[in-house]
Amino acid sequence: MRAICFYFQIHQPFRLKHYRFFDIGNDHYYYDDFADDDIITRIAQRSYLPANQMLLDMIKEHGKKFKVAFSISGTALEQLEQYVPEFIDSMKELAETGCVEFLSETYAHSLSSLYDPDEFVAQVKAHDKKIFQLFGQHPKVFRNTELIYDDDVASMVYAMGFKAAITADAKHVLGWRSPNFLYCSASAPKLKLLLKNGKLSDDISFRFSNPEWASYPLTADKYINWINELPQEEQLINLFMNYDALGELQPRESGIFEFIKALPRFAAEHDIQFWTPSEVVSKFKPVAELAVPYPMSWTDEARDTSAWLGNTLQQEAVRKLYSIGERVRLCTDRRIKQDWNYLQASDHFFYMSTKHNDDGSVHSHYSPYDSPYTAFTNYMNVLSDFMTRVEEQYPASIDNEELNSLLLTIRNQEQEIEKLHREVEMMRNNIVKDTTGDFPVDEEPVVVEQPVEEKPAAPVKKAPAKKPAAKKAPAKKPAAKKTSTKK
Amino acid sequence: MKALMFGWEFPPHILGGLGTASYGLTKGMWQNGDMDITFVIPKPWGDEPKDFANIIGANSTPVAWRDVNWDYVQSRIGNVMDPQMYFNLRDHIYGDFNYMSTNDLGCIEFSGRYPENLLEEINNYSIVAGVIARTVECDVIHSHDWLTYPAGIHAKQVTGKPLVIHVHATDFDRSRGNVNPTVFSIEKDGMNNADHIITVSNLTRRTVIEKYGISPDKVTTVHNAVEPLSEELLNLEAPPGKTSKVITFLGRITMQKGPEYFVEAAAQVLHKVNNAQFVMAGSGDMMDKMIRLAAKRDIADRFHFTGFLKGKQVYEMLAASDVYIMPSVSEPFGISPLEAMQMGVPSIISKQSGCAEILDNVIKIDYWDTNAMADAIYSIIKYPAMYNELREQGLAEVNQITWDKAGAKVINIYRNLINR
Repeated sequence: MRAICFYFQIHQPFRLKHYRFFDIGNDHYYYDDFADDDIITRIAQRSYLPANQMLLDMIKEHGKKFKVAFSISGTALEQLEQYVPEFIDSMKELAETGCVEFLSETYAHSLSSLYDPDEFVAQVKAHDKKIFQLFGQHPKVFRNTELIYDDDVASMVYAMGFKAAITADAKHVLGWRSPNFLYCSASAPKLKLLLKNGKLSDDISFRFSNPEWASYPLTADKYINWINELPQEEQLINLFMNYDALGELQPRESGIFEFIKALPRFAAEHDIQFWTPSEVVSKFKPVAELAVPYPMSWTDEARDTSAWLGNTLQQEAVRKLYSIGERVRLCTDRRIKQDWNYLQASDHFFYMSTKHNDDGSVHSHYSPYDSPYTAFTNYMNVLSDFMTRVEEQYPASIDNEELNSLLLTIRNQEQEIEKLHREVEMMRNNIVKDTTGDFPVDEEPVVVEQPVEEKPAAPVKKAPAKKPAAKKAPAKKPAAKKTSTKK
Repeated sequence: MKALMFGWEFPPHILGGLGTASYGLTKGMWQNGDMDITFVIPKPWGDEPKDFANIIGANSTPVAWRDVNWDYVQSRIGNVMDPQMYFNLRDHIYGDFNYMSTNDLGCIEFSGRYPENLLEEINNYSIVAGVIARTVECDVIHSHDWLTYPAGIHAKQVTGKPLVIHVHATDFDRSRGNVNPTVFSIEKDGMNNADHIITVSNLTRRTVIEKYGISPDKVTTVHNAVEPLSEELLNLEAPPGKTSKVITFLGRITMQKGPEYFVEAAAQVLHKVNNAQFVMAGSGDMMDKMIRLAAKRDIADRFHFTGFLKGKQVYEMLAASDVYIMPSVSEPFGISPLEAMQMGVPSIISKQSGCAEILDNVIKIDYWDTNAMADAIYSIIKYPAMYNELREQGLAEVNQITWDKAGAKVINIYRNLINR
């Protein structure tokens, strides 16, 4: 028995408008709404909506046997809500079938995992919250921006409570090993790793309609046979791709929808099932640890982070951006927070790539700019304006250390207040319950981070939760008696 | 393989890019080995490098018989040419040109520049070419730029060898479309008579095909390259105490080079940035107009004119620069941005210049888009990463653009012609 694990990515950045240096300090709106609207509407019409319909049909036809996973960035969700709300409805319908899993990622599709751990955690939380609001799921499996992954990321992801992460099959990491197994992280061995099967994924997303490809035309029959002919012990086939591969990269005329539709029928013939990442994690055991000291990704020939951080332009832009991360998190201005999110999208750095080989043509295909230098200039102009706005809130005269100590005080005070809140709550309960002879439960705030989100809700929840537990204790007694009477 | 080349300029006495390109190409071909090149120029000075080409001066080639002895010839032209060559040439005088103004050696005088009577000089040059073609053995004839096309055609008629013409520029570039009919007819005649045409860029190739009606299969692009700079020039440093950013325009201040766009972009940047200075180096017929324009835009205090720079001065200017701009309206190739890149100066060039076809690590803008030009300037002087990336990647890129590669392409074209 084998399993295919499908996962689709949906992401769109907020593209920057042409922002001249004269605008710095004068114009605080940075986005090209027309382009965003135009692009997302086009892609949704050609790809997302028909593909959703296809998946819905497939799930209806095959019952619970066909499953997929999605990872939708926060910025893409915002754009879809704004420009293509029918897509959100369609996605909700898919979510209700129970055959669709939503993955966690950074809200802004950012590179924060490599530069700013605090920001990273904040964004993942923000994203999970958004997913829960829209689709009612708490993501269990994590997928980083562009599948960027290394040992440090693994530790952070595991610390946030995820069971598994999805990443790429970089040759320089895997070596002779096959991606068709479940692995686990070397730095956090309890974190499982699903690796993309690059060859089979790209056969669909990049080569499907290429008549010069030796295996053209690709049929579902042929494709499933390839999978079937893999060594018997390779049981997990991870097919990860951009959702717009269906209908946009591979146009409808190429027959891509019919191809996907036909997959389950041929898969069933060979006892190949479709699982979500969470299912994979619960049913398979990891075969080995995977140590990844340097970040890898699923982009470009090198499968590293050079697509976003390969040249000095990109490094400078990212460094400048994250240099103010701490200050931005102090700000309360909603527009600043929003711009901060949008400016972090990895796409902005992707456009600045100066690669001139085959990878370069991919970069220029997606880029709205005619050269990486224009991309950099435009971004830096915007960033300059943004930084001045942040500075207006927190002047640069306060240095980071001082700011840090202020931050620390504020955080400590928050925790203190939290602690006191609980104590007060506990005391009240004790006073009420005191007649029952219940001894006071001293509760150390072990997990301080959790209740920060919902301050008033947390204590209220705890109180009723305790009662049934207390009731259970006496309830056990008759049960014990029963066993004794039987004897 | 023996090549007979006709040129107009040769370093170190050059007036524009033509001489540099002729020199680089000749040397690059020689580096490929097995090339015997004779290079004819109107007026050699004697200090031309002679190690990879035999230089013949048109002004030392007799067209009328004079009874002179060896010593006299040696004393007159020994510094530029072997006297034996003079006598060899004298043996091949093919007509009576005594009616022309010739000197004591029977030679016609040339200015070697671009004088008022340029057309007359071109004609005389072609008369001289007849003598040289009868004397010097060659497999192929190569004419650099329109001034030497008539000479090339004449040599082809005399020897029957294939003629290659090298289009370094056309009159469409020089005049922004207001073509001089005489020049056009000389160019067109050369292209018609040529067995193959080499252009310095695809831009020029298109002009040749579209404006002169030449069959595309006869026209090949061989992009120009650059000579590596000497250590002395590379080590030039910016003057101490330089506090502001310097943005430089370097070239003839003429319509073709688009100087007014540079001034307009400067005005935009200077109204936003304090520590920047703009320099317009060079001279030309639009200089006065540019001075007035700078004053009108109220930037004259930080906009400077240096006048014509030559030799080492050019590199000193580049060493002091932070940005180099070539906003040419129409530039067949444009070698100066490559020189700026060699000196580590980030460059902005117009998309309408031929060198834009081979350069990646520069900023390319439309010459009329002064907004984009100003944006690019601002970005380079304001964001260190931009400056460093362009500087380092530009250096690495330009060091790969060498003349021996261009030379190999030209030799290949020769081979195809000879074996045809």
